[in-house]
Amino acid sequence: MKNNILEITHLSKNYQDNDGEIEAIKDINLKIGEGEFIVIVGPSGCGKSTLLSILANLDKKSGGDLKYYKKDIKVGYMLQKDSLFPWLNILDNCLLGLKIKGKVTEEDKEYVLKLLDMYGLSEFKNKFPNSLSGGMRQRVALIRTLATKPDILLLDEPFSALDAMTRVMLADDVYKMVKDLGKTAIMVTHDIGEAVSIASKVVVLTERPCVVKKVYDINYDNRSTPFNNRKEKEFNYYYEKIWRDLDVKL
Amino acid sequence: MSNSSVEHKEFLRKKRKEKIIVISFQILILLVFICGWELLARYELINTFLLSSPSLVINTLVNLFTDNDLFTHIGITLYETVVSFLIVTVLSLLISTLLWFSKRLARILDPYLTVLNSLPKVALGPLIIIWVGASTNSIIFMALLISLFLSIINVYHNFKETDSNYITLLRSLGANKLQIFMKAVIPSNISNIINNLKINVSMCYIGVIMGELLVSKKGLGYLIMYGTQVFNIDLVIASVIVLGILAFLFYYLICLLEKFIQKKTVN
Repeated sequence: MKNNILEITHLSKNYQDNDGEIEAIKDINLKIGEGEFIVIVGPSGCGKSTLLSILANLDKKSGGDLKYYKKDIKVGYMLQKDSLFPWLNILDNCLLGLKIKGKVTEEDKEYVLKLLDMYGLSEFKNKFPNSLSGGMRQRVALIRTLATKPDILLLDEPFSALDAMTRVMLADDVYKMVKDLGKTAIMVTHDIGEAVSIASKVVVLTERPCVVKKVYDINYDNRSTPFNNRKEKEFNYYYEKIWRDLDVKL
Repeated sequence: MSNSSVEHKEFLRKKRKEKIIVISFQILILLVFICGWELLARYELINTFLLSSPSLVINTLVNLFTDNDLFTHIGITLYETVVSFLIVTVLSLLISTLLWFSKRLARILDPYLTVLNSLPKVALGPLIIIWVGASTNSIIFMALLISLFLSIINVYHNFKETDSNYITLLRSLGANKLQIFMKAVIPSNISNIINNLKINVSMCYIGVIMGELLVSKKGLGYLIMYGTQVFNIDLVIASVIVLGILAFLFYYLICLLEKFIQKKTVN
């Protein structure tokens, strides 16, 4: 059993507006182990992105508790859109988080350069974002998030703006980066295939206001990259189950 | 590129040809207009007392120049425009920044800005003369009134419309409001700010001429006013032409600035 890094208990979130209160999250209980790759799926508008923005400290929770089992935990948040600054080159984009936290040390810079090198982006470090493809831009966005050395990585539909082929390939890259660096990741998606292929655990949420409907530990006899996992027999099994849980209606 | 293909050369040739055609026609229109005007005047088909003629206008300009008056008037108008432009630019940037930092202040001031912006400021002209006096200062004040509120509304609107993804990103990285402003709002709005400079310069110019028409002893607006009062149409048209040349120069200068800044931000 892995050590828990985060425990979410009775988390709830309401939004206020003139017409009253909108309940987005009703009651979420979740334990997240160190090094796990959690994927949260749920019907659209169920509050899964809200959950991530609460974890990322961008939104306040209305009730419940977040307990981190590590001091000074750092959380990195990756958005749906890469949001690379077009006026900064790739290296400066990656260093953005560090610059905001304070000064950038040589060590930090080397770490970022190493990451860029590992993922085949070092030749673009002085280029500007508009000369990069969508998949490359998203990889840069991930490196920008990793540059601050977060303990937990929050990924909010990181592939949804990409074309079908790129998303499958990028899922492999992201999985590799997260595993290589031994990070804990929590990802939100509406793509069941993506979830089942990449996750170590899939959390299915109900419609809004959401609660946890089911949690699946995803086990493959021959676990490999997300791309290859799609060919395993377990893939279809989990896919079917989660599909039925989500009860997609038009 | 030395190894350009035949197709590429053809493409460049066509582009050049198109440019030559456009410029030729632009010059042609001007020539036809001036020659036509001059001919109509020569053959007395139009009354030169009311409509002047190109040669009369040129004569007037030469006379103004030899009397050393032309550049004094241009200088005064230029001075007033540049001063009001600088004040408007600095003030509107400062105030929009303030409004961006305090949503509450923006909400409080919103109706005042809207009313002040849509109020026809010329209506305040006589008041300004009473308050500030009939001087260069009152003309600058007039130009400020005309351009400032529009400029504030524009810049603040641009600041407010900064891509929310940039802001969410910076917040997730733990940025404070000042950092968000410096790292996302300003750099993403550089081209908007330059566009606003273009509007500022033309609004100030309008304001200055309007002020000079109302009250002044020197300047191009004064020349126009004076020319109308003594029925010297040659002088009025000559001044208008100089106004046009100045307007073009202002625009050109801002475009140069734009190119300079773009070069700097890319490097």
